[in-house]
Amino acid sequence: MSNIEERVKKIVVEQLGVKEDEVTTGASFVDDLGADSLDTVELVMALEEEFECEIPDEEAEKITTVQQAIDYINANLG
Amino acid sequence: MSYARITGTGSYLPEKVLTNHDLEQMVETNDQWIRERTGIEKRHIAADDQTTCDLAEQAARRALEAAGRSPDDIDLIIVATTTPDRVFPSTACLVQQRLDIHGCAAFDIQAVCTGFVYALGVADKFIRTGAAKCALVIGAETLSRIIDWTDRSTCVLFGDGAGAVILEASEEPGILSTHLHADGNYESLLTVNVGVSSNFDALVRGEAYIHMKGNEVFRMAVNTLGRIVDETLEANHMTQADVDWLIPHQANIRIINATARKLNMPPERVVVTVDQHGNTSAASVPMALDVAVRDGRIQRGETLLMEAFGGGFTWGSALLKF
Repeated sequence: MSNIEERVKKIVVEQLGVKEDEVTTGASFVDDLGADSLDTVELVMALEEEFECEIPDEEAEKITTVQQAIDYINANLG
Repeated sequence: MSYARITGTGSYLPEKVLTNHDLEQMVETNDQWIRERTGIEKRHIAADDQTTCDLAEQAARRALEAAGRSPDDIDLIIVATTTPDRVFPSTACLVQQRLDIHGCAAFDIQAVCTGFVYALGVADKFIRTGAAKCALVIGAETLSRIIDWTDRSTCVLFGDGAGAVILEASEEPGILSTHLHADGNYESLLTVNVGVSSNFDALVRGEAYIHMKGNEVFRMAVNTLGRIVDETLEANHMTQADVDWLIPHQANIRIINATARKLNMPPERVVVTVDQHGNTSAASVPMALDVAVRDGRIQRGETLLMEAFGGGFTWGSALLKF
């Protein structure tokens, strides 16, 4: 669990160029971390690469916070 | 069997320039927003009386000059365009008339942003089979004519222009391989949903506009371009280290950067013109090639990888020794 959380947060830090302590689990990519619409697309693509999975468009649209990303990976991995 | 080799390149941009600051006066947008999301600073727009054929003719003349060929030498003309002058005859026939060429095959190819790569692939096959010896291959567009200038999500992205190459039979390589693909299942994500046989009324009203689902297109483009580059290199038993220059379709700097990153291609080996040209659809790859040939970056004997992705979806690549 914590392993997935750490990996997700690391990707968010890399993709959005934000500081580690800003990436709280409740943080919204757009409202709190300054992501634009393409940033969120690139973030989902980075998650797909890291966790070797495919996230369908309609699911990707619902991933708007760090917690939602962690939950999606937890629910769909393996 | 002979190869098809590019012996000359040319391009033409209309004089009128539209900067991001100009666009700020037209729709609610700003320079920083456009740059951050697209990498575009300005684009060229055809004059009211300037058509796709006009742009294509200028690019073709420059390519002929660079190749040291005259129009008489040309035995095949292919124009890739989404914005032809007329319903018919093809823009290729109109270019043929301008250049005073008579009798050779001339036709258009419609594969939107992948059009030039498609045209190059088709011309390559003509030359390899001996059906042609000296082909004129053009990508030319006046996309400004199918843009809704009140839609800030699309009007900032596109520009007009033309690029051309002369492709000749040669014992030396040459185009090594081309790879062309399409999947019409995605037709609705990037389209002008108006034409001759459907919604013709809207065309007559001047409401034939580009519609795009940007985020979906972005994601498909990056994933698909990564795959086609792998396919192209594998087919030639090469790795990205063997490629001197990546010449991508110039849609958006973030697609270009994401693709280059996937490839581990350093930015200094990627030709970028999107900042100066915007997205010129079928014209973008041959214009980028011509820019980098004329400024001395691309040298004879170097290995070039072209790739493109566009409406359809269509996608394709060409690997060649210049």
